[in-house]
Amino acid sequence: MAAITRDDVAHLARLAHLEMSNEELDRMAGELAVIVDSVKSVSEAAGADVPATSHPIPLNNVFREDVVGHVLTVEQALSGAPDAAENRFKVPAILDEE
Amino acid sequence: MSVDEILDYDSAFEKYEPVLGFEVHVELNTKTKMFSSAPNAFGDDPNTNVNEVDLGLPGVLPVVNKAAVESSIKIGLALNCQIAETCRFARKNYFYPDTPKNFQTSQYDEPIAFDGHLDIELEDGEVFRVEIERAHMEEDAGKLTHMGGAAGRIQGADYSLVDYNRAGVPLVEIVTKPIVGAGKRAPELAKAYVAAVREIVKNLGVSDARMERGNVRCDANVSLKPIGQEKFGTRSETKNVNSLRAVEHAVRFEIQRHAAVLEAGEKVVQETRHWHEDTRTTTSGRPKSDADDYRYFPEPDLVPVVASREWVEELRATLPEPPAERRKRLKAAWAYSDLEFRDVVNAGVMDLIEETVAAGLKPAAARKWWMGEVVGRAKAAEVEPGELGITPAVLVEVAALVDGGKINNKMASQVLDGVLAGEGTPEEIVAARGLAVVSDDGPLLEAIDAALAAQPDVAEKIRGGKVQAIGAIVGGVMKATRGQADAGRVRELILEKLGVEG
Amino acid sequence: MNQEIIRSTAAQLAEKLAAKELSAVEVTQAHLDRIAEVDGEVNAFLHVNTQEALAVAGEVDAARAAGEGLHALAGVPIAVKDLIVTVGQPTTAASKILEGWHSPYDATVVKKLRAAKMPILGKTNLDEFAMGSSTEHSAYGPTRNPWDLDRIPGGSGGGSAAAVAAFEAPLALGTDTGGSIRQPASVTGSVGVKPTYGGVSRYGAIAMASSLDQIGPVSRNVLDSALLHEVIGGHDPFDSTSLQESWAGLADAARNGDVKGLKIGIIKELHGEGYQTGVENRFNESLELLKAAGAEIVEVSCPNFQYALGAYYLIMPSEVSSNLAKFDGVRFGLRVLPEEGPMTIERVMAATRAAGFGPEVKRRIILGTYALSAGYYDAYYGSAQKVRTLIQRDFEAAFAQADVLISPTAPTTAFKLGEKLNDPLAMYLNDVATIPANMAGVPGISIPGGLADEDGLPVGIQFLAPARQDKRLYRAAGALETLLEEKWGGPLLAQAPVLGSKALGGAK
Ligand SMILES: [Mg+2]
Ligand SMILES: [Zn+2]
Repeated sequence: MAAITRDDVAHLARLAHLEMSNEELDRMAGELAVIVDSVKSVSEAAGADVPATSHPIPLNNVFREDVVGHVLTVEQALSGAPDAAENRFKVPAILDEE
Repeated sequence: MSVDEILDYDSAFEKYEPVLGFEVHVELNTKTKMFSSAPNAFGDDPNTNVNEVDLGLPGVLPVVNKAAVESSIKIGLALNCQIAETCRFARKNYFYPDTPKNFQTSQYDEPIAFDGHLDIELEDGEVFRVEIERAHMEEDAGKLTHMGGAAGRIQGADYSLVDYNRAGVPLVEIVTKPIVGAGKRAPELAKAYVAAVREIVKNLGVSDARMERGNVRCDANVSLKPIGQEKFGTRSETKNVNSLRAVEHAVRFEIQRHAAVLEAGEKVVQETRHWHEDTRTTTSGRPKSDADDYRYFPEPDLVPVVASREWVEELRATLPEPPAERRKRLKAAWAYSDLEFRDVVNAGVMDLIEETVAAGLKPAAARKWWMGEVVGRAKAAEVEPGELGITPAVLVEVAALVDGGKINNKMASQVLDGVLAGEGTPEEIVAARGLAVVSDDGPLLEAIDAALAAQPDVAEKIRGGKVQAIGAIVGGVMKATRGQADAGRVRELILEKLGVEG
Repeated sequence: MNQEIIRSTAAQLAEKLAAKELSAVEVTQAHLDRIAEVDGEVNAFLHVNTQEALAVAGEVDAARAAGEGLHALAGVPIAVKDLIVTVGQPTTAASKILEGWHSPYDATVVKKLRAAKMPILGKTNLDEFAMGSSTEHSAYGPTRNPWDLDRIPGGSGGGSAAAVAAFEAPLALGTDTGGSIRQPASVTGSVGVKPTYGGVSRYGAIAMASSLDQIGPVSRNVLDSALLHEVIGGHDPFDSTSLQESWAGLADAARNGDVKGLKIGIIKELHGEGYQTGVENRFNESLELLKAAGAEIVEVSCPNFQYALGAYYLIMPSEVSSNLAKFDGVRFGLRVLPEEGPMTIERVMAATRAAGFGPEVKRRIILGTYALSAGYYDAYYGSAQKVRTLIQRDFEAAFAQADVLISPTAPTTAFKLGEKLNDPLAMYLNDVATIPANMAGVPGISIPGGLADEDGLPVGIQFLAPARQDKRLYRAAGALETLLEEKWGGPLLAQAPVLGSKALGGAK
């Protein structure tokens, strides 16, 4: 069984910006260990000489000409925003300070 | 905020030598963004240059701007880099509200350009080679404005507002290899390097290169190592040092700060530093942490860029002459002294002089007119000389009027005032202002007679061979004619009248 | 009348509309009525688009009356998986985090539906962000299988499959990342196609795993899928992975289905052990029919398929962890404030994502974050990408021996709601036969293969073809469908139990 601790999951949750309770961390650590165990054979399946495939159908040089296309109106742009002010998206403070 | 100790600059070099590194971000001046067809434009109303791609709305996909790729290749070539036969985009994953997808589409292990170098000429002509590690393509982030705190600072802000107009603007990030051996000239080299990069991208026409607009932004890495030691010390990364002067000062400050830390027997912290223009100091930013695990992986929504050798050569053929070579060529062609040429370059009139010479003026005359008549006015008006409103064509016309004896130098200056006041062409201004050298000898002879009569003792001296005394008589004539006389002609007539050889 | 309309295929409706035997408004209204009647039980739809659908139908009727040229499918209504963005209707991805969100832009496929004037009936249910094989992971309640309301309709596109199987729509759009079109088709007795990767634009399909996702048709027969595939397929400059191919001729291939001389390869690794007996039986029966019709059946081996599921569960969550980062409560969707402590944007993002995502989504985000994180990339993501190469090589070798490949679509028939909800690994195994196609980008189709002996529930037969050879799928599947329907005396769905409060009297 892969050793995945609650601290590992807490670190991953921090990276992924997912708030998790202690129970969630424990449960996730258990589930993750099982899943990782079941997929770990993958790391031995291919030798060093096998190239990686990131695109199933290989293409290259797909470009767009530098010609201005459509824009959204400010109203459209902000239409889904949870909060906005002065035609901009409004977010809480970035730094944690008293 | 604690104030860091710094060590006296010269003392820092008794034991340590600095190692520098730069990451310079260049915003390309393409018409559209890196991955969307929304306009790439500066200064527009917030969130008006965005479409769904720039906002990272659900379901959107990126498409690469071909012009941005070509500009990137040109930058790579101008930095003497190899251009990758094939390269890819990657995702750099981190959460920040100015980053719409919470990842930046960038390049990771496969930059489009790598292994280059740039020869940097310092003020005294010493040339220092800076090795370029890589230049890669990526996208800019949106703009945050911090509200509710002091003076727009992130510290103490209550909330922030986000404008995504800049999100997705194409960037090329140029990364140097560690720069060793600059010694005490490190700050000077830092400034000269960023200036050279700025000049190159401007010369290529791929960026507006205006640092005050953030078109060219510099992160400066500094570390110190004991003299003779191979291993580099711990580095700090001062972010967003966005003027040439600031680059110089920031490197200088960090050298002094690191030296003080090391002298105190402490360890330099690997961290980002913030630059403060007002105090010319840096303050501690964010220490390097496990949150810097960016989980790079190849961007699955984009396909590789394959730069065929034909394509690269086609682009190479379009490159303009490199700025340093051009300067060398012009200085020799114009036969300026080192000092003259440096003044011309520093005054920002080299290109203008080149145009003026092309339009027919001799290099010496072109320099005289630009440096003597335009640069001072531009400085007073706080604009670049080229933006003042006097063109090479105007100067050619005015110089012709002077050379033809129609006006004198003093009048020429008035004509230029007239041009700036929008009074028309030099010819029109000469006519309208009645600025013409009096060339009819009749009125001149009358004035000469009057002047000689008024100063008989001076006339006597001249007759006696003291020709240098003639200035007083010429001055009297010029005064009487309100400066409209041709001083040379006046002098000739006086000598003739007094029967003296000039 | 309504019964006749809703039980017609898309092709039949198109003919009757063209012949002015039916109006588009009648056709659309009949389906809206059917939705009103049965969707309380089925829960295939998250949103019903009544007004706009009828308005588009009205335009079609007016245009036809005025003698204007119309697309062959104009006036034939369609349902759209709620993972695909639409102007004028909410798009939720079946997640709380997008509850009530309206896209300001249309997906490319939606633009194509609008250009063809196909009335959009509404948005169908799915596993949240398409993550699941049962549609139980929807934040808005599960969709139920029209064959047995206590069973799952497959997933993630259970809503689209159930909508066509319950005669609420003749056509639907799905998305298939690891089988999300084909597996629901299999367990609901309907048809679903995953086109060649890049054959249909992904622009506007909310990304789950970019290198695997593909939009495709959902219908009740092979021809209808082909007709829809021709509408939505083709190059899109907004999708860099979109292919230049044109997809004309798919419907002709479906109509002229024929397997005489066709080499059909049985994938050794994708049947037998682990497959339900009834599934195996129906699969073998189809092989016999194909053989009798002149197909040459060969056995092929794809040894690296054993790693496909594992590699998929590394690549997919890795891409998921990055694709779903944008759901942060800043630009759109839900924002949740932390209950205590400092109110920073980081904490607001973390609280929003914690409240907005369901457990399966979180599981995959954490798994993907792990697979990409420093020190693990090579062992996990990097190795999985290599396995992809091995799977492609297996397909190449197999297609050197056979024109198309065949397998059961899913190892089992529909299981009971809740049965596998707390066992992620058991849930993942449903996709064992569908995932290889996504890993290699090749096209696949699932068609009904009959009912399993032990539970009387639908079994799916999957055909796979080489990349860009989607036409072969329609040719082979069209032929098998004809053979099977001859045997059954009509479509399999005619045997489905009657739904709805009013007794409807099935076709049989
Ligand atoms: Mg950097
Ligand atoms: Zn950068």
